Amino acid sequence: MLLITCPWCGERPELEFRHGGEAHIARPADPSLLSDEEWADFLYKRSNVRGLHAERWRHVHGCGRFFNAIRHTVTDKFTVTYKAGEARPDGEGK
Amino acid sequence: MQRFSAFSLVRRAFGGHQSWQPQWRNPDPKPAYDVVIVGAGGHGLATAYYLAKEHGVRNVAILDKGWLGGGNTGRNTTIIRSNYLFDESMGIYDHALKLWEGLSQDLNYNVMYSARGVLMLAHTVHDVQSFKRHVHANRLKGIDAEWLSAEEAKEFCPPLNISPHVRYPIVGATLQRRGGTARHDAVAWGYARGADALGVDIIQNCEVTGIRRAADGAVAGVETSRGFIGAKKIGVVAAGNTSVVMAMAGVRMPLESFPLQALVSEPVKPDFPCVVMSNTIHAYISQSDKGEMVIGAGTDAYTSYSQTGGLHIATHTLDAICELVPMYRRLRMLRNWGGIVDVTPDRSPIIGTTPVPGLFVNCGWGTGGFKATPGSGHVFAHTIATGGPHPINAGFTLNRFRDGFLIDEAAAAAVAH
Repeated sequence: MLLITCPWCGERPELEFRHGGEAHIARPADPSLLSDEEWADFLYKRSNVRGLHAERWRHVHGCGRFFNAIRHTVTDKFTVTYKAGEARPDGEGK
Repeated sequence: MQRFSAFSLVRRAFGGHQSWQPQWRNPDPKPAYDVVIVGAGGHGLATAYYLAKEHGVRNVAILDKGWLGGGNTGRNTTIIRSNYLFDESMGIYDHALKLWEGLSQDLNYNVMYSARGVLMLAHTVHDVQSFKRHVHANRLKGIDAEWLSAEEAKEFCPPLNISPHVRYPIVGATLQRRGGTARHDAVAWGYARGADALGVDIIQNCEVTGIRRAADGAVAGVETSRGFIGAKKIGVVAAGNTSVVMAMAGVRMPLESFPLQALVSEPVKPDFPCVVMSNTIHAYISQSDKGEMVIGAGTDAYTSYSQTGGLHIATHTLDAICELVPMYRRLRMLRNWGGIVDVTPDRSPIIGTTPVPGLFVNCGWGTGGFKATPGSGHVFAHTIATGGPHPINAGFTLNRFRDGFLIDEAAAAAVAH
């Protein structure tokens, strides 16, 4: 079981959290302007990286808040967790 | 290829079994091939076998970063069934099931396909309604499916606990009698031996590190840990690592990779006659011919390439099994492991062309790809050889996510499957 550091509550076991998928995917400001290809990319396509991955977690059985994390998808080790709305701290990706 | 038969076994027994040859070669890669398959699991090996056998395409290499059959082919719980809801799914899974029925004879290799029946348990009113709908849909397509009461399920599988006084009582079940299991390693070995005999080069421990493209955008070959290998066509069959390989050609995939766990118990005497699955409380159990109980757990909640998983996921499944089959409460578990499964948003596979000319992909089998191995390889070989899909995989395109034609088995089953 992973140990996850909620930016508000501190270190808690994985069971308290729900994984929220890839982070930093912004909903398009005006979806009607998008091509079908771009809309499919937003809805369905994911980076699915083998390496450092920015992802959302929600502390459902705790404070209930969403936050973001950088985790290595081969070792499952977290580098950092940070509050929703903050930029990705390692400066990679979007 | 040395053919196996009762006669050949007896004859070689007199020679102390010293005259058997290796079942496939271990060749060095040639500079170029007509087709390069990335990934020597069951699906990739089957693809190469049918390319050579049915389409006469024999200048083929299969590359794998590890040993053949060392990924999900060697890690799954070997369940075979075709009782899906949608026409496209029933089409491909039943195509596979029909091939399973003659596969040992076709390959001259015993894949130990055992049609012992797959029982899917219903625990709620919703399960009953949804499973009956599946049964009717299956029968309309000519696929065998039966609805059993709890008592009939108990008669078919006596170890089941059908007491109404448990947390999730068994209120009925569907049965597919043609469903069952097969020996997963033998499937990989049988296809490898068959493909090798037809001239396919199986190149193990050769990791693909890049996909080279010509000036016109079409594929030119693959960069590997053993140097550049030219290819007119490339088929990516890399399961959990598909997103990584496709990114080498600049193609983003609608996939996420999750660890899926399985475990086996100590071996016990034959006492479990069929495959039992419960989607609602998440338990998959059958008995191997060696006597071990083979148990499938769920996926972990987060994407990962770790080939392991959280113990609480496996424990959750054991909780369910202890309630469904109380006689196993004192059974000890011997091994557990994880494989990385690539999951699509609609839980149906992608088998077809890609935006890159000459690049084909067969992926997205999620948590249930083993059962499809022969059918998947068969239609993917057709797709690579002809450049377009077989009627059976025509719906499983990458573009269905753009065009809105999802094959939403995810919603139909309400769980990963």
